[in-house]
Amino acid sequence: MSGARLRATDALPAITAGTDLAVGGVTKRFGATQVLGGVTFTVPAGQAVALIGANGAGKSTLLRCCLRLIEPDAGSVRLLGRDVRGLDAAGLRALRTEIGFVFQKHNLVGRLSALSNVLHGALGRAAFGRAWFQSLAPRALREEAMDCLARIGLAAIADRRADRLSGGQSQRVAIARALMQRPRMIFADEPVASLDPAAGEEVMALFLDLIRRQRLTLLFTSHDLAHAIAFADRVIALRAGAIVLDAPAAGLTVAGLRALYD
Amino acid sequence: MTDPPRPPPRFEQPSLPAFAAYLALIAFFVVSLSGTGASISDFVSGLPQIARLVGEMLPPSTARLGPVSWALLETFQMAFNGTVIGVLLSVPIAVLATRHLSPHPAIYHAARTLIAFFRTVPDLVWALLFVVSVGLGPFAGTLAIIVDKIGFCGRFFAEAMEEAERGPQEALAAIGARRSAIVACAVLPAAMPSFVATSLFSLEKATRSSVILGLVGAGGIGIELKVAMDLFSYDEAATIILAIFALVLLVERASAWLRARMI
Repeated sequence: MSGARLRATDALPAITAGTDLAVGGVTKRFGATQVLGGVTFTVPAGQAVALIGANGAGKSTLLRCCLRLIEPDAGSVRLLGRDVRGLDAAGLRALRTEIGFVFQKHNLVGRLSALSNVLHGALGRAAFGRAWFQSLAPRALREEAMDCLARIGLAAIADRRADRLSGGQSQRVAIARALMQRPRMIFADEPVASLDPAAGEEVMALFLDLIRRQRLTLLFTSHDLAHAIAFADRVIALRAGAIVLDAPAAGLTVAGLRALYD
Repeated sequence: MTDPPRPPPRFEQPSLPAFAAYLALIAFFVVSLSGTGASISDFVSGLPQIARLVGEMLPPSTARLGPVSWALLETFQMAFNGTVIGVLLSVPIAVLATRHLSPHPAIYHAARTLIAFFRTVPDLVWALLFVVSVGLGPFAGTLAIIVDKIGFCGRFFAEAMEEAERGPQEALAAIGARRSAIVACAVLPAAMPSFVATSLFSLEKATRSSVILGLVGAGGIGIELKVAMDLFSYDEAATIILAIFALVLLVERASAWLRARMI
């Protein structure tokens, strides 16, 4: 596990011009449980970072705190140059339109078509009601959504209801929805955890290929240590809400990372 | 060989407060029998009167089949229009009465109170009020049904939206969608099966209600039934009762068929 190093978690991150995300001393407590205990790190533009750690280590909470889907108790978050904790509701919505978020359970609207779900990626920028359903969408948006579906290889099932898709197809549609946002950065919370290994491998490879082609910044959580090493430029490990490893992926091994879970 | 472990008791022993509550309920039931004047002898002595009434109802008269049919159509029109308008008005009120979608806790409580008020006042009372305000006729009945449906559907719609899957809502919030878009794109589609079932059940309920509303002059076939009973024309009353039965049965069957197809 050469290249691995322990970090002080209470130091403010160094923010440079090319930094997409800077998290400084973020804490979060649910009742008596301290989930995040002053987490500090930065993500430069274009970098793919894997967040690993055991269940309850604070990975998902950290991702959500970055977008204030969960309100942090303390600390700072600068995302795409904006102070996330200082934004009002409109500013926060505007910021979120630039960040794609892929969830573990894809979180598609089951009773709507794959195309309508992809179209929702444009909700933040389309005029009122124009991106609600594919039947109401203007031609340009429908074509863009179809293009996103084509990029993940699912244009043929655009009109199929989301609750009739397989797990792998659902997650690919969720990725297409994120692409439809035209994001500058993508957060992914265990994007392939609900898929079987083969489907997970395929979806992860497709996901990373699309990210690299568009030179997007990526922060994803994963329990699959091999994925973390294979698909990320850098790995950050959390234990009990604190960073215990922050290192380039190239020098890491699965066995070395597994030791962090002990 | 050791004895097998003893199984737990067949019935859980109630706590003292629970036992006292059971006793109080039984006592209240017995007192209520007296309070409502329940009498087996009165019931038995009334049986011949029921038999005489049924005898006078048969065969049902077809003399006023035309007016009865029109009144029946008017009854269903009241029920249908009242339900459609009531359901449509219920949706925005229910959104305001859904805890995580309401823009402010004060608005949430106001919407919940309004829905509870509409629901707890019986539709017959609403009909009386609307007869006074807009006059006798089916419009007063339709207004009463609208208000009753807002009370009924508003509550169930709000509960369906509170129970709607949160994942898609969180996903759209993470995209930067407005609250209106989250409601339209994630909440309403998820709650739609419940909305459809509730709306169809409302139509069945409104059809039964609209029969009664005529008794206070709010239109529909109820007034025909009242006049027939007041004039002792029991054979005509039998025709009206059979017509009501046919309408309610038809609406229930159609509603069940639609539910099966749409959900």
